Amino acid sequence: MGSLLQLNKYLFRYKTKLVLGISFILVSNAAGVLIPLFIKDAIDGLRTVFSNITVYDSAKVYDIVLNNGILIFIAAVVSGFFRFLIRQTIIVVSREIEYDIRQDFWTHIQRLPLRFFQNNSTGNIMAHATNDIGAVRMYVGPAVMYSIDTISTFIIVIALMITINIPLTIYTLLPLPILSFFVYKLSKRIHKKFTLIQEKFSELTTKAQESFSGIRVIKSYVKEQNEVDAFNKLSNEYLIRNMDKVKIQALFMPLLYLIAGTSVIIVIILGGSMVINGTLSLGEITAFVVFLGYLIWPTIAFGWVANIIQQADASMKRLDKIMNEKYEIEDSAKTDFSITDINGEIEFENVSFKYNDGSDYVLRNINLKIPCGSTIAIIGHTGEGKSTMVNLIARLYDIKEGTIKIDGNPINTIPLKILRKSIGLVPQETFLFSETLANNILYGVNQKDKELVKKYSSVAMLDKDVDDFPNGYDTMIGERGITLSGGQKQRTCLARALAVEPRVLILDDSFSAIDTGTEEGILKNLSSYFAGRTSILISHRISTIRNADKIIVLDKGRIVEEGLHDELVALGGIYADIHLKQLLEEELEEIN
Amino acid sequence: MTENREDEILGKAYDSNLMKRLLSYVKPYARYVVFAILLNIVVAALGPVRPYLTKIAIDDYIVESNFNGLLLIGLLLVASLIFQAVIQYFLTYYTQLMGQKIIYDLRTKLFNHIQKLALRFFDRTPIGRTVTRVTNDIESLNELFSSGIVMVFSDIFIILWILVFMFFMSWELSLVALSVLPVLVYATFLFRRKVRDAYRDVRKHLARLNSYMQEHIGGMNVVQIFTKENEELQKFSKINTDHKQANINSIFYYAVFYPFVEILSSAAVALIIWYGGGNVIQGTLTIGVLFAFIQYTEMFFRPVRDLSEKYNIMQTAMASSERIFKLFDDNTMIQNPEHPERLNKVKGKIEFQNVWFAYNPEEYVLKDVSFKINPGETVAIVGHTGAGKTSIINILTRFYDIQKGSILFDGLNIAALDKRELRKHISIVLQDVYLFAGTIKTNISLNSPDISEERIVEAARTVGAYDFISKLSDGFDSEVKEKGATLSVGQKQLISFARALAYDPKILILDEATSSVDTETEKLIQQAILKLLKGRTSIVIAHRLSTIQNSDKIIVMHKGEIKEMGTHRELLAKRDIYFKLYQLQYKDQEITKTA
Repeated sequence: MGSLLQLNKYLFRYKTKLVLGISFILVSNAAGVLIPLFIKDAIDGLRTVFSNITVYDSAKVYDIVLNNGILIFIAAVVSGFFRFLIRQTIIVVSREIEYDIRQDFWTHIQRLPLRFFQNNSTGNIMAHATNDIGAVRMYVGPAVMYSIDTISTFIIVIALMITINIPLTIYTLLPLPILSFFVYKLSKRIHKKFTLIQEKFSELTTKAQESFSGIRVIKSYVKEQNEVDAFNKLSNEYLIRNMDKVKIQALFMPLLYLIAGTSVIIVIILGGSMVINGTLSLGEITAFVVFLGYLIWPTIAFGWVANIIQQADASMKRLDKIMNEKYEIEDSAKTDFSITDINGEIEFENVSFKYNDGSDYVLRNINLKIPCGSTIAIIGHTGEGKSTMVNLIARLYDIKEGTIKIDGNPINTIPLKILRKSIGLVPQETFLFSETLANNILYGVNQKDKELVKKYSSVAMLDKDVDDFPNGYDTMIGERGITLSGGQKQRTCLARALAVEPRVLILDDSFSAIDTGTEEGILKNLSSYFAGRTSILISHRISTIRNADKIIVLDKGRIVEEGLHDELVALGGIYADIHLKQLLEEELEEIN
Repeated sequence: MTENREDEILGKAYDSNLMKRLLSYVKPYARYVVFAILLNIVVAALGPVRPYLTKIAIDDYIVESNFNGLLLIGLLLVASLIFQAVIQYFLTYYTQLMGQKIIYDLRTKLFNHIQKLALRFFDRTPIGRTVTRVTNDIESLNELFSSGIVMVFSDIFIILWILVFMFFMSWELSLVALSVLPVLVYATFLFRRKVRDAYRDVRKHLARLNSYMQEHIGGMNVVQIFTKENEELQKFSKINTDHKQANINSIFYYAVFYPFVEILSSAAVALIIWYGGGNVIQGTLTIGVLFAFIQYTEMFFRPVRDLSEKYNIMQTAMASSERIFKLFDDNTMIQNPEHPERLNKVKGKIEFQNVWFAYNPEEYVLKDVSFKINPGETVAIVGHTGAGKTSIINILTRFYDIQKGSILFDGLNIAALDKRELRKHISIVLQDVYLFAGTIKTNISLNSPDISEERIVEAARTVGAYDFISKLSDGFDSEVKEKGATLSVGQKQLISFARALAYDPKILILDEATSSVDTETEKLIQQAILKLLKGRTSIVIAHRLSTIQNSDKIIVMHKGEIKEMGTHRELLAKRDIYFKLYQLQYKDQEITKTA
């Protein structure tokens, strides 16, 4: 339960509305419980008709009946009006708090390092943001509302019942705690069974996923029937688990009626005999029956609320765990806020890096100086640490061994915002938002400048393609729009990075899906637009990097070759080998 | 693009064709339905009978001071209560059982159908979507079958019984009590409509919120690289606010509706007291009847409210069933001949005669391909990426049908053979090894009853997988995937070799993996391949020099055509395409071998 205390600060924010809501509950209940009393008065008035002792005044009785009828209606309207206000306060507050929690959650998530997103799947994070926050809301809203409602109804109704008849009150209330207990126990067991069903369902999903992914193997070995049999078996197990739940769930309503009905029967038999004895009036029995009707729903709610609270508590714990994740990469005491811009000289000094404490080194003893305004290229086989190297410059990960300096300042002393704003990193995975093309290109720029879009699209040689799009630069991209080709995506990402006019441009394999002709054009554009700025190019293709001021070859996390294109070809090492193969490929491509 | 929207179909509230198809799945359980309806008629009466009994208790016994009579009524009440509870339990149980069985039928039938679909279907349909059809979409029909159909009857019967009792006691007072009914019905339907719209709005905003989060969690590095955290937070706030507002809007309808129904029900009570009270004074009505009527008003309101809820269940079911039946109607299948030719004593001869093949109309990936493989021969197919190597495998096993030309198996056109029989004689070892959840044993045998345990072990031994398998904690019974042992790429390949060997096919197709493995495993794989190819017709998409050198013939594919054919030496001497490919892909292996 402890973790739910965390919610106090949210609840406190809406204290006025909550206090109002609680008083509305009290008013509504107070008006509501009058109804049985009016019914009682009406019936007792009518009772005189049947009493053989007194001669009755029919006009007077009729007045009693009519007045009570009107009073019932008025009480109902007052009670109903305040019920409306209750929902408009308490439930609305629960949505406000849900909003606040989600807002805080997102603010927090955004600041977490890349490492967090690599260790937690998107689905997992999403589950926290939806299910767990939802469970907590159920606690703040409905659970709080029903608890107060239940308790106040109980107190008022039981107090009134006691004023009518104490022994009858005790007897009729006896079954109700049992009802509460059953609801609590049953919903707990149902919840457990439900978890089992969910497990089977996810097995079923996995099986379907597997059968469709492995369809080639299945068809090759003519194993369709096997798959169908296995799936049928799982479906059947799923059916059995569902029925397991039904066995318990089906008890719910009958038990409820049984226990609640018992109370009513007690009133009629015990109360009836009291009427016969003359210790109770007929109207009072009627009031009791109606009162019971008031108590049954709160009794059920009681057991239900207990479960909500438990689930909310578990969810809150999971949320807390994420909310306690460290930001890791942020400005600190070392940050020198007098640094307001970056020139572009980068230096690696003895940098070694591994992703996790237990894993192998991805980079070893990297020493490299990139003069301001120069173009440097990194080549090497996949998984040799090329991307890691550039990610370190933008502080997507922090290094523990060695130093990376920009303009002579260690990067952890440069304000993070300045650092990242000055570096235009185009990551290997081309990630674009489901937005218009223009908005994607202007992502890093705080103005809606059409000229900027056009300018950098033409540098990235994207402009010709855009002419063919239905709405030009306003064309939607992604699921709700057009699907760009791999090369178009890469060029859009490039234009996006160029638009912020960074001091350092880093292209992580950004030409792999672009044909060599276009690539050549882009490189030419870049060299004129970006003269004087530092560029780092990662590529598998010689054509991308042959004109760089310096080429380094990474192998197993080390710099093994370094120099100009011609020098490296002459060296006859890894670079020369890659070069030879690409020549061969080109030749093959030309054969028809 | 239209495909993407498929999941968003909201659907019509009712479609008689869809309903007919859905009901055809209920047909096998018609006796359940009849039984449930009969039970419902009985059980629906048990609730309304109680206020009637209390009326008798009040009028005949309490007012007349007859204690024994009161006790008798008490017993009757208890009996009816227990009886109702028991029947209610079984009724719920059986209707749910029926629903689950129908769901089972639908789900397994759909799965069976999907298994029969051709690879073309899987090429164009994202797997996630197909999975959703057999899981979530089917699931959303559950409510319709398990409570929807039968409970509609239940609600109607309860209403009918209440009316019967009410009118029996006093038709006049019944009419007075029911005078609020039109208002209730109207309010309910108005509420349903408003709530449905509000709920759609909520769902729309929830979907937006979720897709925003999904997208930005995936692209968080871009957000951070461009330091757009503040701007993104503003965007998020906007979406979050819209979502909250949509919810608050829907709260309003609930806040109005539920109290309104309570007021209506109290109004009915007030009317009964006023009008009934007048009748009592005139002596035309007893107090007991008044008492019973007050209870009936409460009973009456629930089923009327529930009936409108069934409308929502129906709507969800319609949307899902539309998608489900659309998949049922997809008939992308490779047709089997009606009277397939029989293969006698398979020899394993393969011949391609002027084969043309395209995945998409007119975009031929194989152009006029002809070659012949004699029984027992090993043929290596080489070529650069996109040369059409994989397509040759795909059409030989009839995963796809060719457009022009013919493929002969032992002289018979494969289109005239039973495709299952054809595939039984051909084993394929694919580049990316697919392991199923299960043990190593089941991954080798693929649960075939014909493959004995000895044969599994023997196959593993032959391909050299035995050593590492026996070192695993549970040996051949070790679980692979998720919970189980993590296998290296090379080990997975060896397992797939063992799988192919255990099936002992006449023809073996091997798509060699390019992924690099450690030298020791590489040695094992090379030896395994030699054993695998021995004595059977084999087609290898080769990436290993050793495999190529050991083949009887090399076919050089280039841009969908066969450009060269011959032995390793002959082709090298030509110093053309093969020579270049050799330098590009195979020469290094020679160096490492000699080194």
